[in-house]
Amino acid sequence: MLELFQYAFMQKAFITGIVIAIACSLLGVFLVLRRYALMGDGIAHIAFGGVATGLLFNLTPFLGALLFSLVGSLGILKIKEKTNLYGDSAIGIVSHAGLGIGIFILSVANGFNVDILSYLFGSILAIRQSEMILSIILAIIVIGVIYLFYNELFSMTFDENSSKTFGIKTSLLNTLLILLTALTIVSSMRVVGLMLASSLIILPASSALQLKLSFRNTLIASVGIAVLSVVLGLCLAYWFDFAVSGTIVLLNAVFFLFIQIVKMSFRLYSGVLSVSNND
Amino acid sequence: MDSLVDIRNLSFHFGSTTVLSNISFSINKGDFVGLIGPNGSGKTTLIKLLLGLYKIQKGIIRINGKEISHFSDWGTIGYVPQKVTNFSDTFPATVQEIVLTGCLSNKKFPRRYTSEDRKTTLDALKKVEMQGFLNRRIGELSGGQQQRVFIARALVTRPDLLILDEPTTGVDQVTQNKFYDMLGALNKEGISIVLVSHDLGRITRHVTKVASLNKKLDFYGTHEEFCSHPDHDADHHCLTIKHGSDCKEPHCAKESPRC
Ligand SMILES: Nc1ncnc2c1ncn2[C@@H]1O[C@H](COP(=O)(O)OP(=O)(O)OP(=O)(O)O)[C@@H](O)[C@H]1O
Ligand SMILES: [Mg+2]
Repeated sequence: MLELFQYAFMQKAFITGIVIAIACSLLGVFLVLRRYALMGDGIAHIAFGGVATGLLFNLTPFLGALLFSLVGSLGILKIKEKTNLYGDSAIGIVSHAGLGIGIFILSVANGFNVDILSYLFGSILAIRQSEMILSIILAIIVIGVIYLFYNELFSMTFDENSSKTFGIKTSLLNTLLILLTALTIVSSMRVVGLMLASSLIILPASSALQLKLSFRNTLIASVGIAVLSVVLGLCLAYWFDFAVSGTIVLLNAVFFLFIQIVKMSFRLYSGVLSVSNND
Repeated sequence: MDSLVDIRNLSFHFGSTTVLSNISFSINKGDFVGLIGPNGSGKTTLIKLLLGLYKIQKGIIRINGKEISHFSDWGTIGYVPQKVTNFSDTFPATVQEIVLTGCLSNKKFPRRYTSEDRKTTLDALKKVEMQGFLNRRIGELSGGQQQRVFIARALVTRPDLLILDEPTTGVDQVTQNKFYDMLGALNKEGISIVLVSHDLGRITRHVTKVASLNKKLDFYGTHEEFCSHPDHDADHHCLTIKHGSDCKEPHCAKESPRC
């Protein structure tokens, strides 16, 4: 049953999966609190256009996705800045343009010999050495930048205006945060696929935020949940022959639900206590 | 010259609306300026210009003799905003984590906290009597307690100038009075203060200067000058001061029909 840890492809999957889970779950806390939760989804759609374009011009799809999502995420910021669109509309516009490009190219090119589905739904067990290294490098860049700017990012997430008076370059950091999101999405493309890439950003962070911890501990909890779901997900997928990405994401949803239920029953329980105390 | 802030011919527009028109005044070291004016009179805008949060369109602001676009010593200025952006009661942050961020203004990349920072954080919290709340989540505190935490954050660098934009909105009267006493004590320790308030009556005991804003600077001077000015004769609060009343508290002018 534990022989899975001996296979090279499983080892690669564990290492890549864990590093990416850390990057996604750290970034996720900042994005969710800054109300950018759907940024990941938007960038994933843009990356899909990049994958298709890459395939069309015989570039590596990875490169296409990276280029598209970096440019696209900057585009979202610019549109947000220059127009008076409400809320998430800027994300919607750019991401659907990316999606449109992808679908258009797919229909014109009439299918590729590389399986586009593996980019949409992930294929961590079939990940190539070069892709694994690239994913890990991108994820480590993300983790490193968050580590270096942790105090500034926290401060501006809590109170942007005051942070400016502390001499923090908030709009620069904001751009950085969005670029990191693009890197994260591309690096997790092969693990959970573009369809589910942003789930690793939103779900662990949202679960951790339910726990009412300090900011630092919220980050730790988010990372813990994400890593646990990747490790457990890979094991379950191996043992029961499930789809890996679906299992990982479902586990994250289960954790979220579990925390909700525990919280609710706790509240119910303490409610019963206080009622009986009043008697 | 010991003028801390010098504002000359400052004007500001949002699109075609003029919000501030040709404002000039200076704040000296040790001043406690009460900045008053009705809603929309430009108080917050003036403060944001003073903090470099808005770009200056016309006129000059100097802090410690330095033009604001060249000013970088932000650790000498503490700011308590009218409302804290992004902040909701579910935000995952402890009092300590928040107050520590005040130390960031004195730091260069990579901005890391030291044990000295943790000590000054505790000192600042003691000043606002919140040292017992170090590890509490901000959302679990009352509005008045949260405001104290934000003041501690502004105090943590031991600033020369403290700028507060209506810090007592939603705070009960007893707490408000205590709060203003605390500001008065800080002022006596040598910190200059600019306090935005709707209600001059409540802050008169402590302010040394009054600035009355309504797009233009209607008045700038001491509190006595403000009340002896004929334009302010009808001002409820000044009437109380001038003609006396049976009220012991000077700041109850507006609430009580007896005054
Ligand atoms: N971002 C903005 N865009 C356009 N107009 C603005 C903006 N912010 C403020 N204004 C306008 O500028 C004027 C001054 O606003 P300001 O916030 O400075 O008033 P205030 O004196 O602080 O009011 P209050 O007592 O309600 O806080 C108002 O008429 C307001 O409508
Ligand atoms: Mg205001």
